[in-house]
Amino acid sequence: MNGFFDLPSDLQHSYLGLVGLHAREGLLPVLVALLVALPVAQLCVRFRWVYPPVLGVTTVLYSIPSLAFFVVLIDYFGQSETTVMIPLAVYSLVVLVPGIVDGVRSVPQETLAAAQAMGFGPVRRYLQVQLPIAAPAIIAGLRVAVVSSLSLVSVGMLIGNQGALGNMLNDATTYHRPALAVNSVLTTALLGILADALLVLVRRLLTPWMPRKGATR
Amino acid sequence: MNVLNFAHAFFSDSAHWHGYDGIPTRLAEHVRYSLEALLFAALIGLPVGLVTGHYGRGGNALALIATAGRALPSFGLLVLMFIWIGFGLLPVMIPLVVLAVPPILVTTYEAVRSVDPSPVDAARGMGMPEARVLFQVELPVALPLILSGLRTAAIQIVSTATIAAYVSLGGLGRYIIDGLYQRNYEKVVGGATLVAGLALTTLVVFWAASRITVSPGVRRSS
Amino acid sequence: MVALAAATALLAGCSSSDGKSGGNPLTDSKASGDTVVVGSNNFPESTLLADIYGEALKAKGIKVSYKPNIGSRETTYGLIKNGSIKVLPEYNGALLAYLDPKAKPTTAEATTTAIEAKLDSKLTLLKPAAAESKDSVTLNAATAKKYHLTDKSTIADLKGIAKDLVMGASPEFQTRQQGLVGLKSVYGLEFKSFKALDAGGPLTQAALKKNAVQAADIFTTDSTISKEKFVVLQDPKNLFGFENVQPLVRKGVLSQKGVDALDAVSAKLDTATLLDLDTQVQVQGKDPLDVAKAWLQSAGIA
Repeated sequence: MNGFFDLPSDLQHSYLGLVGLHAREGLLPVLVALLVALPVAQLCVRFRWVYPPVLGVTTVLYSIPSLAFFVVLIDYFGQSETTVMIPLAVYSLVVLVPGIVDGVRSVPQETLAAAQAMGFGPVRRYLQVQLPIAAPAIIAGLRVAVVSSLSLVSVGMLIGNQGALGNMLNDATTYHRPALAVNSVLTTALLGILADALLVLVRRLLTPWMPRKGATR
Repeated sequence: MNVLNFAHAFFSDSAHWHGYDGIPTRLAEHVRYSLEALLFAALIGLPVGLVTGHYGRGGNALALIATAGRALPSFGLLVLMFIWIGFGLLPVMIPLVVLAVPPILVTTYEAVRSVDPSPVDAARGMGMPEARVLFQVELPVALPLILSGLRTAAIQIVSTATIAAYVSLGGLGRYIIDGLYQRNYEKVVGGATLVAGLALTTLVVFWAASRITVSPGVRRSS
Repeated sequence: MVALAAATALLAGCSSSDGKSGGNPLTDSKASGDTVVVGSNNFPESTLLADIYGEALKAKGIKVSYKPNIGSRETTYGLIKNGSIKVLPEYNGALLAYLDPKAKPTTAEATTTAIEAKLDSKLTLLKPAAAESKDSVTLNAATAKKYHLTDKSTIADLKGIAKDLVMGASPEFQTRQQGLVGLKSVYGLEFKSFKALDAGGPLTQAALKKNAVQAADIFTTDSTISKEKFVVLQDPKNLFGFENVQPLVRKGVLSQKGVDALDAVSAKLDTATLLDLDTQVQVQGKDPLDVAKAWLQSAGIA
């Protein structure tokens, strides 16, 4: 017993169960943040005066440490996954919005004019011209958001075992099983690297016109 | 808004202003941890980024290292290092440095690599040695971006240094962890406000630093 | 921001109906209305006791799910009050000190009575076990030797010494009656400083051993005390009072069968047994659930 992948009973999950939980707790917030970030960014592009205040508010939110954010939310959402996921969604939003704004803004005026001349309405122009051209910037933001979100889930351990793979850290000290901590750190890192690689792949599929060289970001 | 009430209660309690658990002590500890971590990270990230950027090589390897560094969970690394090393500052420094090196390294590399090649070639043509090309031509032009990398790293360190409290160290995280276990939201909100304030102060410091150090010519063109 | 929170909450709500309640995938998948949620505080003995209670209930055919390692009493009391958890292993003296810092009961029964008087109306205590696990002021061997203190010495003997010692304990110890507050008001002690560690767990043990702190709150059932030759100081003024293990439950959650099962546990659980079970988990590295099951079987409860 007590093999590398055997977890103490109080974790209440198998190793793979925790991996699944971790992926969900880390990725769902980024998805939500993306869905919110797209319209917010569009608003910022459309009305330039919106951007500085949005940037200001998000910068302040970003500077709140995750643990404090979790603890304050306990009052509203209990010691639950939701409490962990809301701050992660906020942090992701902060990373995504500037990336998308810059991406959409980088679309040349001539291109937009050409689209308009071809009879594209604003919606079609957004979906078929602006978004694809901004895709690399959006995905660059997503890569940062996903990796940091997956890494921050672990802190959820401190608010009543809501940290998925992070929960192994507590048991590593309690039961004097350092291997559990090694496992937790490596698996979390691997999950992040895998998600990152997946996003690079998605970018290549979405933007076949881009050069194949790995962009450093 | 009860968050404001909590913050007000925390800051108006005179007991929070002196002693080993007072705001000045905890703030000083937090600043110390953050500065040390930033210093170590810069000592690693800047030279490597400058040299690789200058020669324009190793970009893929750096990207890989950066991704790996970002993917390592700071909190997990802290607990693991604590188990391996025990009490002290080192188990806290390691995750903070690992967190801070990628942004410094990658932006420095990008900053130097993307410097307009014509002045660089001109400098070489004038017979400048490589070291002077790097420090007198490339560095001044790349400085704004390099500073932005340092700024990102500093903000992340300030916010993440709170976890030091989990392994019994001080810093502003003390208020957040203690508040969690004592179910004292005043402390949590007060601690979070101080950390956020410190992070915003960091932003201002870097803004000021870039005003002072970046050459006016570069500032105008960027 | 609000919209973001709402959206996340919504998505979380529809996706996490299973994992969130902490259902053990091996034994029960859905936390239905009649499932008894057994919670525990963030230290290994509490998790072990929760496993013992839970398995004893299961043996009587009651559906159980666990919510282990939640946090300190300050948090878990709130959760059992609002019904998120239904059964919680407690320690009578510590619970009383939390509810009424001024109470000074002289017997275990008086402790229970005093708690019942202050307890939330939706909660009740079952019978206490003989097993006691107390908080304590414990010195490491070097410190005890330096100041010529032995296990016959009392906390009061630290007068004049405490100002040179760093005390280590869980963060909540700082603000508890059974903590720095009581040590000051009852014994008149003020330490040089306080180091926030964990609830008698590995952090505290290591800090005391390495002399990062000279005095610490170690549970009296902790086997490291004898292993590391720590010196537990006597507590003549009963600051740490009676600390019998006692189930705190929500009224109306347990059937008579369930109450009988937990009473049977309490009847068999004495301090020596608890020490032995703790050692199996914390020193021998056995899984708490296995230890709980094995003990229940040997005690004839399950």
